[in-house]
Amino acid sequence: MTEPLLSIENLSVRLPQGADRSHALSGVSLSLAANEILCVVGESGSGKSVLANTVMRLLPPGVTPDAGRVLFSGRDLVGASEAEMRRLRGAAIGMVFQEPMTALNPLRRAGDQIAETFRIHTKLGAREIREKTLALLTEVRMPDPVAALRAYPHELSGGQRQRVMIAMALALEPALLIADEPTTALDVTTQGRILALIRDIQRRRGMGVLFITHDFGVVAEIADRVAVMQAGRLVEEGPADAVLNRPQAPYTRTLIAAVPPLLPRPGRGTEAPAILALDGVSKTYRTGGGLLPGRARVTHAVKDVSLSLPRGTTLGIVGESGSGKSTLARCIVRLLDPDAGAIRLGETDLAALSRRAMRAQARRVQMVFQDPFASLNPRRRAGELVAQGPMLQGASRAEAMAKARELFGLVGLDPAAMDRFPHEFSGGQRQRIGLARALALEPEVLVADEPVSALDVSVQAQVLALLDQLRDRLGLSMLFITHDLRVAGQICDRIAVMKDGVVVEAGPTAAVFAAPQAAYTGALLEAVPGRSWIPGRPHAPAA
Amino acid sequence: MTILLLALRRLAASLPTLLVILAGLFLLLQLAPGDTVDALMAQMGGGDPATAEELRRYYGLDLPAAAQLARYLWRLVQLDLGQSAIYGKPVATVIAERLPVTLLLMGASLTLAFAGGTLLGILAARRIGQWPDTLISTLGLMFYATPSFWFGLMGIVLFAIRLGWLPAGGFEEVGAGYMGLTRMLDIARHLVLPTLTLALVFLATYLRIMRASMLEVMSLDYVRTARAKGLGETGVIVRHALRNALLPMVTLVGLQAGTMLGGSVVVESVFALPGLGRLAYESVVQRDLNTLLGIVFVSALLVITVNFVVDLVYGRLDPRIAAGR
Repeated sequence: MTEPLLSIENLSVRLPQGADRSHALSGVSLSLAANEILCVVGESGSGKSVLANTVMRLLPPGVTPDAGRVLFSGRDLVGASEAEMRRLRGAAIGMVFQEPMTALNPLRRAGDQIAETFRIHTKLGAREIREKTLALLTEVRMPDPVAALRAYPHELSGGQRQRVMIAMALALEPALLIADEPTTALDVTTQGRILALIRDIQRRRGMGVLFITHDFGVVAEIADRVAVMQAGRLVEEGPADAVLNRPQAPYTRTLIAAVPPLLPRPGRGTEAPAILALDGVSKTYRTGGGLLPGRARVTHAVKDVSLSLPRGTTLGIVGESGSGKSTLARCIVRLLDPDAGAIRLGETDLAALSRRAMRAQARRVQMVFQDPFASLNPRRRAGELVAQGPMLQGASRAEAMAKARELFGLVGLDPAAMDRFPHEFSGGQRQRIGLARALALEPEVLVADEPVSALDVSVQAQVLALLDQLRDRLGLSMLFITHDLRVAGQICDRIAVMKDGVVVEAGPTAAVFAAPQAAYTGALLEAVPGRSWIPGRPHAPAA
Repeated sequence: MTILLLALRRLAASLPTLLVILAGLFLLLQLAPGDTVDALMAQMGGGDPATAEELRRYYGLDLPAAAQLARYLWRLVQLDLGQSAIYGKPVATVIAERLPVTLLLMGASLTLAFAGGTLLGILAARRIGQWPDTLISTLGLMFYATPSFWFGLMGIVLFAIRLGWLPAGGFEEVGAGYMGLTRMLDIARHLVLPTLTLALVFLATYLRIMRASMLEVMSLDYVRTARAKGLGETGVIVRHALRNALLPMVTLVGLQAGTMLGGSVVVESVFALPGLGRLAYESVVQRDLNTLLGIVFVSALLVITVNFVVDLVYGRLDPRIAAGR
């Protein structure tokens, strides 16, 4: 075996005082050969991003390596001077970041930002740089590369921005590409295309790629070798097939067990009478216009959607961003007013109610939100947040608090924690508080808008199990909004697939997964990363 | 063409505000005891009531307040600011004589405050928690907390009286008959202290905003991207952080144009500068209604113009805004 491209030896990185642990990384040793993709997998806080930033020497102030070496082509980067690092960054080591929305400077044109890499490291003339930039944009398969040169980041879609980022990182043909969750913020179909692009360019150029991710599906899709990290330590490392299908470390096993297999659950009770029926619901947004006529833009966020939710079952609404699935959820709980159509909950048409009448009905349909960090008021105690709903509906404070205590137990939280503030809980715990808050009103229908997409995979599995269990125990009917087909397969009896505000397909989950009718559903299923890998079942990964 | 259309639209949108300000000021001055004629008579050393009555009729001051206001507004529509009773010439001429001084003072102060605030703000943000940051922030707080007239007076005491480096007041050496470059230098020497006095408070505000804005921008993802490209620290600041950090500053300049005009009243009084601010003060004392209303009108136009320019600059700086328009 030849000398590895990147070799990390016994690396430890110290965190500033007062952090939750003393070291972000302790004693990590890894190596990456040229022409190889090494995936570093771990949950949030595992130190995987710190590892990437240590190689680039882009750590935040106060976070410093205190032991070990990072050898890049035989040179130690930990001890390298800042000037030496600047010569390497962008030239020999390229980096792609997670958030395509914020990783590009909003005030400068995309072409200019790619060209800057050439201007920093080479003495090429303006025309040559332009040609090379254009060639790069073509290589990353940007639609209309000439227009993209002059486009500002806000004029590009998320996937296009990520292509610009990749073009930027590849500009000087680096020997090593570091990709820090490059597809996490993208839609599933876009993610599939970007992963294929990275893999393709890596093969063509023979680069080494250090790929950071939390998603085992992505790992199954792209990795040659896998390293699993937990709390700053390397727990397992090996070829992708071995780690994915025959994991040795217990932690890897729990992580992989928590990944929902892309297998539909058997649907049940879909013949039960409908508790919620949507009939021709539409919602349009109008933007711009104002004093100047003719400039208004009309967006049909939800177009003529008719669905029904049988009592005691879970209906999944699946779609990519912009498909109108969240708008639909907000219309159902009347956070938005639908323009047309009926939303029948039992005998009541929620869409036709006045604001005041809706408030009286609010307890019958409750919502759980996506972001457990932003959806709880940080200045109120957890117990009060849960008790607030019943108190608004007329319960006394003592009754409401007793109810909250009971619910804390039900969702698996310690009732003693009722006096704490939201920031003292972890993400999964906060989502449990959100769930308790919704359940406090004893709703007939629970609308959950991406309730697990901000959570780590092991926490996600716990919350999904909790939702399932509560549905059975309380006889809840649930509308479950998600972009993740794996999650939908895990929890939904029926699913409806939305695209551009329209339901393109609806039916029992098993039927939809087995034989998708709409072409778009097929494309979505096709794009699920690692679709041929079923966790826990040895299976040759698709090459 | 689009810019002209935009300017006209902005002007039309601010017409109601302008009308309310003018009417309000008009009525407020009716409440104050005495009128132009009283002030004129006092200047002439007194006179008999009959003359006063005649003068009042001559200036149209015997009409009811509402009629006077209507007459004034009607003249304004014809772009006629009226006649100043005290100065004995058209208000437009009086204001045109004074306006350049104020514009020069405001322009110089604004430039100094903006440039100084930006530089010091960046410096403080780069050295956060270290002595340059502490020093700059403390100075900023001092500038902000001290009234500007006191700064002006202390400046005069130190630089004009003790050291004799700079003149104590006035716009230029009266009767020296300087021409061309000599005159410009003379005016510049006279304006050093007033400019500093007016600028310091604003400099303190700008430096605080710039420091906070810079700290925020430097923590953003695209700054990390720029570093990952191999850009040096200076390059990161100049090419990526600065323009983004300037956006809130530019907004602030538009907001504070009016405040600065107010501040110039004090500074012009302290330094005996023949500017718009002092003219406004004198007009109030002498109940010179026409001049005062004229000044308010011109000031309002000035603030509207500054805000319009700020909007244009903002659109240039931030492509996202231009897209939304």
